[in-house]
Amino acid sequence: MNRTIETFDLTKKFGDLVAVDKLNIGVEQGEVFALLGPNGAGKTTTISMLCTILKTTSGTAKVNGYDIVKQATQVRKSIGIVFQDPSIDDRLTGRENLYMHANLYGVPTSEQKPRIESVLKLVELEDRADDILRTYSSGMRRRLEIARGLIHYPKILFLDEPTIGLDPQTREHIWTYIQELKKTHDITIVLTTHYMEEADKLSDRVAIIDYGKIVALDTPAKLKETLEGDVITIKTENPQKLASALTKMLAISKTRITDDSVEITVREGKKLLPKIVDLATEYGVDIESVSNREPTLEDVFIHYTGRAIRTEGSSELRGMSQIRRRAIK
Amino acid sequence: MTEIRAVYTLWLREVKRYLRDRIRIVSSFVQPLLWLLIFGSGIGGALSALSNFLPPGVKYQQYIFPGIVGQTLLFTSMFMGISVIWDREFGFLKEIMVAPVSRISIFLGKMLGDCTDALIQGVIVLILGLLLGIRFDAFAFLEILPIMVLMTFGLVSVGLIIASFMENLESYGVIQSFVNLPLFFLSGALFPVRGPNVPNWLQTASNFNPLTYGVDALRTVILGSKAQPLYPLYYEVLVVVAFDIAMIVIGTLAFNRRK
Repeated sequence: MNRTIETFDLTKKFGDLVAVDKLNIGVEQGEVFALLGPNGAGKTTTISMLCTILKTTSGTAKVNGYDIVKQATQVRKSIGIVFQDPSIDDRLTGRENLYMHANLYGVPTSEQKPRIESVLKLVELEDRADDILRTYSSGMRRRLEIARGLIHYPKILFLDEPTIGLDPQTREHIWTYIQELKKTHDITIVLTTHYMEEADKLSDRVAIIDYGKIVALDTPAKLKETLEGDVITIKTENPQKLASALTKMLAISKTRITDDSVEITVREGKKLLPKIVDLATEYGVDIESVSNREPTLEDVFIHYTGRAIRTEGSSELRGMSQIRRRAIK
Repeated sequence: MTEIRAVYTLWLREVKRYLRDRIRIVSSFVQPLLWLLIFGSGIGGALSALSNFLPPGVKYQQYIFPGIVGQTLLFTSMFMGISVIWDREFGFLKEIMVAPVSRISIFLGKMLGDCTDALIQGVIVLILGLLLGIRFDAFAFLEILPIMVLMTFGLVSVGLIIASFMENLESYGVIQSFVNLPLFFLSGALFPVRGPNVPNWLQTASNFNPLTYGVDALRTVILGSKAQPLYPLYYEVLVVVAFDIAMIVIGTLAFNRRK
C-alpha cells in the first residue's frame, strides 16, 4: 500500500518531558487513521509536528512524500487541519473566513466561489454563511472549520479531537460528515480522539498512544479480538474472595478487582455465567449482578496500558495543555 | 503572486476587524481631544507669560499638536501590534502559521494591516486638529501622510516584537509604563528636548528615541515656516526609515520563532 504519512523515530521533548517518544507509524493512502489516547498522551504534539507548526526534537516524518523538517511549505500545501481549539476569526463572517483561507492557500480566484459554496453545503451552513462567527454555536464553528480545511483540496486532513466539547447530537452529525468525506473525496484522514466510540466508529485503523508511545496499532475489530473474548463484570460485596475462587476453580488467570466488582475477560462469556453464579453460591459470596458484554476499545486500552483512559480535568492535564499552548506560538 | 495575495488577505482582515469595532473608533477621538483641549489650553494659558520656548507666533496647543498625532500613532501602533496576542489566545494565529505562506508575508500582512488602522486613527486626530482651529497647509498634508506611514511601520513592528515574547495581554500595563509613556515623554511631543534649560540626560535619552525624529518631522511640516526643526527634515526621515528596516527585520525573526 501507498503510505501517505510515515514517521521515522519522531520525537518531541519539552524540557524533561518526552511528549512523543520515537514514534514510527505509517498511514496509508485513503484510510481513516485514529490516534487514540488519553489527554496528554502526545496526540496533538504528534499532529502539530506533522503539520510543521511544531519543531521536532529528533527524527522526522514524510507527509505526502515531503519531509516535515526540510519541506515545510510543500507539506503545508498538502494538508488541511482542524485544530483542537477554535482557530477561526470570530469577528468575520463564515464566508469571509473561508475566502481568507482560500486566498492564503492560493486557490485560483475563479474557483473560490464554487468551492466555498460546495463546502458550505457539505456542512449545511449556507444560510448562516454571512453571519459573524460570534453568533455561531460551538458545533457550527466546528463544522465551519471542517469546511475550511477542505477548500484547498488537501491530500490529508488532520482532525484534532474533532468532536471535543460538543453535545452528542452534534457529534453524530460531525461523524456523518467525516464518513461522507471519506466516500466523496479521495482523502486520507488522520484524527486524534480520546473518545473510544469515535475511534471505533470512524477509523479503519487505530493507534493506541500512551505516554508518547504507540502501544497497539490495528483495525478496531482486530484490536478487540486480541482481548480474546468477552468482558464479564460481577458486582459483589466481596470481590477479593470471588476473584480467588475464580482463579482457583475456573483457571482464570487475569482478574481485575475494584471495590465492588470483579472483571474478567473470557471466550464465550455467556456460557460461563451459570458457572460463575454456582461458584459464588458455593463459596458463600453474594452476587449483586453479573453482566457479559463484547469488548470495546476501552477494554483494549485498559488491556494495553493497565488503566482506564484518564478523565479530563486533572492537574496533570492542565499542565499538558499549558505546554501545548506554549508550543504552538 | 500567491504571497502578495496572502499579504493582501491578512491586511484586509486587520482593516475589516478594525472598521467593525465602532466603539474603538469613537473612543479614539477622546484621548487626543483631552490632550489638545484641556492640557493644551491649560498649560498653554499658564505658560503664556513665559512661553519663550515656543517658536514665535506659535501657540502651545499648536506646538503639541504634532506631538499628539505622534502619541496617537505610538499608542495605537503598539496596541495593534501587541493585539496579535489575541490571535494567539483565540487560536487564529495557528490557522495563519500552518498556511503555505512565507513567514515574511505573514509578518508584512499583519503589520501593514495594523499600520493602516493606526494611520486611520492618526488622520482622525488631524481632522480633530482642524476642527479645533489648528491650521496647516493643504500641501503639508501630502507630506504629513507619508511621514505618518513611515512612523507606524517601526512602531507596529515593535508591538509585534514585544507580543512575540509576551504570554498574555494581562501585562499590557507594563508596556504602557515601560514603553509607551517613556517614548512619549522623551519625544518632545509636549516640550522641547533641546535648549539650555533641558537636562543633559533628557537630551541624550531623546536622541535614542525614534519617536523624537518622527514628531519633529511632523512638527516641521505642520508648523511650516514657523517651525524650528532639530535636524533637517530629510535626516529625520532617514532615521525613521532606518528604524523601520531594523524593526521589520527583527520582527520577522521574532515572529517566526518556532518551538
